[in-house]
Amino acid sequence: MIPITHFLIVSTLMFFIGIYGFLTRRNLITVLMSVELILNSVNINFVVFNRYLYPDQLQGHFFALFIIAIAAGEASVAIALIINIYRRFTSIEVDNVDEMKF
Amino acid sequence: MENNVFMFYLFSGTILFFSVLAVTSRRILRAAVFLLFALVATSGIYFMMNYQFLAGVQLALYAGGIVVLIIFSILLTHHISYKFDRTPLVNLTLGLVVATTGAALSIFTLIRFPFKPTANVPAGVDMQLIGRQLMDTGKNGYALPFEVISILLLAAMIAAIVIAKKGK
Repeated sequence: MIPITHFLIVSTLMFFIGIYGFLTRRNLITVLMSVELILNSVNINFVVFNRYLYPDQLQGHFFALFIIAIAAGEASVAIALIINIYRRFTSIEVDNVDEMKF
Repeated sequence: MENNVFMFYLFSGTILFFSVLAVTSRRILRAAVFLLFALVATSGIYFMMNYQFLAGVQLALYAGGIVVLIIFSILLTHHISYKFDRTPLVNLTLGLVVATTGAALSIFTLIRFPFKPTANVPAGVDMQLIGRQLMDTGKNGYALPFEVISILLLAAMIAAIVIAKKGK
């Protein structure tokens, strides 16, 4: 049986890799990819806690399922926003998107 | 949960390696493909935990939906062999400092916490159990989040269509 801390260390590293990507990347789509990494690391955490600490219940499993569904909805709205921004500014670097509509 | 140490190291090595490549790669299409590999390896971890339905949903939605959406949007907004500039050294070091400090703090706390192994019998997770609990309205039922997430997905669909359609 693999100890639970091994899985949690993997998900923690994945989380902070996502945070590094979120802080460093300057393209909106790569920022979205880092957010997906963060959400997946949290999903692994939920599933591992469910399997190791409460294996007779399914709460972590359902929470992970709902997180996947919400992430899908959020990614689609984010992509719609990015495409709209591209139409207006012809660039999706975070430095160039600095004008609000007046 | 079988004693499959090799599969654990294979999947977690794949996840960490490809997620590092995804956040540091200079070609955007390669970053999307590295993200795809990381998500497929995550579903491998769910298979190890015996949660087959969740692993299937992860493959279908994340690897087959969100990554395809990201690749489409990349191709709509960039040249296909678009290459980023190098990140400035200040951003890189600050990001590294923040990420490693956070990771060190979290891992240190994790290692010191005494996780007690449980003696409960694992529930056999099959589709009947998942379906029954998803539509259950009693205790441990998830009917309300199920309905709310249907409304949320409808709102997300309408929002995406309204935002992305061509204005006048």
